[in-house]
Amino acid sequence: MSQDLWWASESFWRKTAIWVTAGSFVVLIFLTFDSMSQITAGTKRVPAYSVINHRIDYVFDEKRNFQVPVIGPEEPLFGKKLTEQEAEALVSHGKLTTQAKNCMDCHSLLGNGAYYAPDLTKSWLDPSWGSPEVREQQMVEFLMNPQDRLHNGIGRKMPNLGITLDEARATVAFLKWMASIDTNGFPYNFKPIEQATAAPASATPPAATAPAQ
Amino acid sequence: MAMLGKLDSANLNGGQRLAVKYFIVALALFGAQVLFGLLAGIQYLKPDFLYGVIDFSINRMVHINALVVWLLYGFIGSTYWLLEDESGVPVVGLGLGNLVFWIFTLAVAVVVAVYLLVQVGPGNETTLWLITEGREYIEAPRWADIGIVVCVLVFFFNVAATFAKGRYTGVGGVLVLDLVALAGLYLAGMFYTPNISIDQYWWWWVIHLWVEATWEVLVGCLMAYGLMKTLGVRRKIVETWLYIEVALMFGSGILGLGHHYFWIGTPEYWFTIGGFFSALEPVPLVAMVVHSVFDSGAHHMKNTNHPALAWIIAHAFGNFFGAGVWGFMHTLPQINLYTHGTQWSASHGHLAFFGAYATLVIAFFYLAVQKWRGNVWMGGGLTGAWKWKWAMILLNGGMIGMTVALLISGYEQSQIERAIGGSGWVAYFSAQAHPWFVQGMWWRQIFGWLFAAGYVLLVWDLLTIGSRETRPAQSLIAEPQAA
Repeated sequence: MSQDLWWASESFWRKTAIWVTAGSFVVLIFLTFDSMSQITAGTKRVPAYSVINHRIDYVFDEKRNFQVPVIGPEEPLFGKKLTEQEAEALVSHGKLTTQAKNCMDCHSLLGNGAYYAPDLTKSWLDPSWGSPEVREQQMVEFLMNPQDRLHNGIGRKMPNLGITLDEARATVAFLKWMASIDTNGFPYNFKPIEQATAAPASATPPAATAPAQ
Repeated sequence: MAMLGKLDSANLNGGQRLAVKYFIVALALFGAQVLFGLLAGIQYLKPDFLYGVIDFSINRMVHINALVVWLLYGFIGSTYWLLEDESGVPVVGLGLGNLVFWIFTLAVAVVVAVYLLVQVGPGNETTLWLITEGREYIEAPRWADIGIVVCVLVFFFNVAATFAKGRYTGVGGVLVLDLVALAGLYLAGMFYTPNISIDQYWWWWVIHLWVEATWEVLVGCLMAYGLMKTLGVRRKIVETWLYIEVALMFGSGILGLGHHYFWIGTPEYWFTIGGFFSALEPVPLVAMVVHSVFDSGAHHMKNTNHPALAWIIAHAFGNFFGAGVWGFMHTLPQINLYTHGTQWSASHGHLAFFGAYATLVIAFFYLAVQKWRGNVWMGGGLTGAWKWKWAMILLNGGMIGMTVALLISGYEQSQIERAIGGSGWVAYFSAQAHPWFVQGMWWRQIFGWLFAAGYVLLVWDLLTIGSRETRPAQSLIAEPQAA
């Protein structure tokens, strides 16, 4: 019988299981420390929250062979430049809002979540908002009253989740900050809004039209 | 001993009496999962259905949370089921375990009521504490998180103390160590950070290291016990296999975590690590298929409980195809770039959760009901056997149909939305409106109804199977012990 063979014995596999598990876990811990140091806000891959004071674009990089976020000139969100602390507070309020309204059970963020509504990773850069001049206002109004907007031709639309003006503005800040994260080229082949000559949107007219067709 | 065929708790030991309570709630939550899945599926086809009343996000949240919780109930119940058999002594602290069952169940009821009646809250930490954390799969509010940890600690105490007092078998040892990891990992999902990259990094520790590591090892333990019970496989064989599976499962699954770190802001080295190790993840699942099929063949399929063994075999294949093949199909970053966040994931998720976990918990339901009825006959010529067979056909057929339908929609989405359209709003909706996508969603719904019919039949069968039997369970031919 096989119990005479060392490679088929219970004790050999018990020891192997322990060593393989422990070894894998130790490697994971090391990689976690390294990953944390690279994804803390304020690093190259995950910019500081005050990046919302700047233009953010998503441009093809020849060397890496996919699109990467590019931080452009100063373009403060809602026309007001924020300190790092103010920016963090605003983005955090936006992130809390996305959790409290359960966005992730319709949308995906960084590709994770549900698939009933569009991915939000680069939603700040979506050309459907029209132009950079009206984008911020469009997004705020959409978040506050989505039920009145034309979304698409299939009748699927976002419900009114009771999002306040402050929550809507904070959510836009969170989405703008999220667009600056280096996601290794995800989403692929994304066609960002044209914003080369755009000015900051401080006094934009209210938009009653739909963000997309 | 009570009369054969009659449900009588005198037929069960203390741990098993607690186990059947967990099984009953698990079965009810399974029904809730199916119901809310159907509602969410209808909304894909008729978006105005329940719009503004129970929106898709709520249906979907209840659908996936019911899934997680009924499987946990199934696992906890299964563990209590085997505890006294394995350890050889009565469960230590059973009274406390019973108390915790009621507290846990009450907490689940409150969480679901809040999900359905309150739904969302203002964007602050109070909402996260009292209503929802808004993080897929672990949406339960923080108060419930803490409650879950306390309940799991009591459960762990029951298990560890019982094995410590009695005997530590191989199955028992692996189970206890696995439960430490399972409970510890939940803590990784219990904090708030504004940084979405860090948020998702740790969120995956809970989700992946549960479903692709610790849950897999847990069902490995349950399967080892199930094979010993139904087929009479020798302990030495199942325990050696269990160690092999633990080595392969943790060896591939722990670093296979990297396949969730391709696109969340984490460094590029995860492409290599995540791709390589997750490609190995099917290996232990192949081993499980070999193990169960070989054992069944070696015993000439002679077993004590036909429905339970059939579900164990369904588990081996379902785990391999759902978690292994369907996972492997889109795990490499070169493919995942186009499939991440599409119906591919839904296709994989459906088959994997059902194939790897639901099947084995159902097998334990059948083991439980057999003994509850006084170890009644559940072999060939069983009265009313059509019910368990048709329940199995409808559940498995319905699930395979849903999986394939979702996969077809996923393929279309990868092509139209991701590769050609460029993933924005317009690309997303043009893919959602495409007939190929819509057809997939209709077929998913149709197979969903078949699955629901299978569920109803399963419940009916579990309530009645063996009730008209007067024969005692088939006895096994003892396998010759090793010299």
